[in-house]
Amino acid sequence: MKIIKNIFNLIKGYYKFILITALIYLLFQIFNGSIPIAPRLLTRYYMQIIMFALINIIMTVSLNLINGFTGQFSIGHAGFMCIGAYTSAYFTTILFKAAEMAYFPQLALFIFSLIMGGLMAAFAGYLIGLPTLKLRGDYLAIVTLAFGEVIRSIVRSSDEIAAFLNQIGLVKFSETIAKISGPRGLSTIPNLSKFWLVYLITILSVIIMRNFIYSTHGRACLSIRENDVAAETMGIDTTRYKIIAFSLSAFFAGVGGGLFAHVLRFIHPNNFSFIKSIDYLIFLYAGGMGSITGSILAATGLTILPEFLRMINFQQWRMVVYPLLLIILMLRKPSGIFGNREFSFLIPKRKEAS
Amino acid sequence: MAILELKDMCCYFGGLKAVDKFNTKIKKGELVGLIGPNGAGKTTVFNVITGIYPPTSGEIFFQGEHIGGLPSHKITKKGIVRTFQNIRIFPTLTVLENIIIAYHFRAHYSILSGILRDGNFHQEEEEMSKKAMELLHLFDLHTYYKNPAGSLPYGEQRKLEIARALATEPEIVLLDEPAAGMNPYETIKLMELIKQVKGKYNLTIFLIEHHMQFVMGICERIMVMDFGVQIAKGTPLEIQKNPKVIRAYLGE
Repeated sequence: MKIIKNIFNLIKGYYKFILITALIYLLFQIFNGSIPIAPRLLTRYYMQIIMFALINIIMTVSLNLINGFTGQFSIGHAGFMCIGAYTSAYFTTILFKAAEMAYFPQLALFIFSLIMGGLMAAFAGYLIGLPTLKLRGDYLAIVTLAFGEVIRSIVRSSDEIAAFLNQIGLVKFSETIAKISGPRGLSTIPNLSKFWLVYLITILSVIIMRNFIYSTHGRACLSIRENDVAAETMGIDTTRYKIIAFSLSAFFAGVGGGLFAHVLRFIHPNNFSFIKSIDYLIFLYAGGMGSITGSILAATGLTILPEFLRMINFQQWRMVVYPLLLIILMLRKPSGIFGNREFSFLIPKRKEAS
Repeated sequence: MAILELKDMCCYFGGLKAVDKFNTKIKKGELVGLIGPNGAGKTTVFNVITGIYPPTSGEIFFQGEHIGGLPSHKITKKGIVRTFQNIRIFPTLTVLENIIIAYHFRAHYSILSGILRDGNFHQEEEEMSKKAMELLHLFDLHTYYKNPAGSLPYGEQRKLEIARALATEPEIVLLDEPAAGMNPYETIKLMELIKQVKGKYNLTIFLIEHHMQFVMGICERIMVMDFGVQIAKGTPLEIQKNPKVIRAYLGE
């Protein structure tokens, strides 16, 4: 009985959320031709863009955990994404051949590989968090920036690493590393990121991060952003919570990377360059630091905008319009579209004492 | 037994002796004042006790336990809490959230519970809100509970900071210039509030203040510092007559 009651309560708390997300999903299904009652407006190409938009939502909301909610300044988010992408691709492409599997084992393997990608990224986040989170502001930014580039360089020099491992006698290990084929890019990744799965994982990630923020642990992170000295004197272990925020954020960036690898089906270290990290920063700032709603809308809008401009044959002006919009936004509304406000259905209800 | 004992506590910044050989014993339930001219090292004493700076040498005992050099959050957990000279509330969070954050280290539910929002989560969150609202009522801040703390008038922000400190359920509260920037009416109100709260929670209070009327009116015992050194201690009356103190404040 208690379990049933709990499940009921869970659904009750989310019914608006479930309704809205289900409706959006239905619309997609109608317009991409899965439910044949409307003309097929969304071709595979558009569906792919929408999947990138969803992945960008995961990336931006997770970056928001560090930059917006904990008040730290990280610009190496593509590095975590890179780790997630390569780890999950390693499981589905190199270690096992997911392409030759039946449907359910394939799905299970994919989800497992995504989680592993997330965990590897989280571990990396933890490792760089330990020594660096005593740094603040610009200094932390520089370290995270360097971290992202280091990860990319390591992957790119996988051939050299393999050769070195071969020399010192670790032949088997060396062969695995060689298969990553860093400088040439990893291809033949199976097409596992189906739309429904990407959609579901995006929603789950957003809910998990939102629930984290609206718990006492999330509030501990917020208090660090607000005033870290005061947070510390309120009994909050600020170093610990910075590391937790960093690891959680890195975890979801890793999951996002895994999904990304299986949408694009070809990954190269250059996909995860500094420019990519900056993209996420732009999404974050445009949407508003500390607003999940803002991150979601900005990530969606700014992923689709360039493609939209391409569609209406505005292609040559794409790179003018996009930055111009950002400049106008920063001049008119420096706190981003949403500031730190949220859509009400994204804020969990709080029982109010009076 | 003294609840807080400082033994030859020193804090040097390079060649600067911000606090030099500070000794004191504060008994449970006392209300002790620390005064001195600007730059005398009063706030540094607080910073060292609360772990913001480690002591250069000397020992700090809290309820007989050695606490010198512990990080701030551990010291708060042991029962020492402070407010700041320049207000350090959490400005964009609501007044209620400001208080609830102080209950964080007493919350038991895990991160996973928080993510799943299970029974433990709801129960503890509800308790925290309830306790926080009670405290806000006591400080007469409950009407603001939904407002961002930064939007409160200055005097109310000071009160909120004190309320938040009390929410950690401390044994001893260190108040760093609680009446700074308050008008005479607000100051008198604050004095009454501090006395009331002290009685209610059976607190020990150690405070820094420049407002002499406030210090003389409220403190049972006063210490005077100048240039990092304790130059006098005694009851308010003794301090007022002490020639060293007069010299420190007014010069020769």
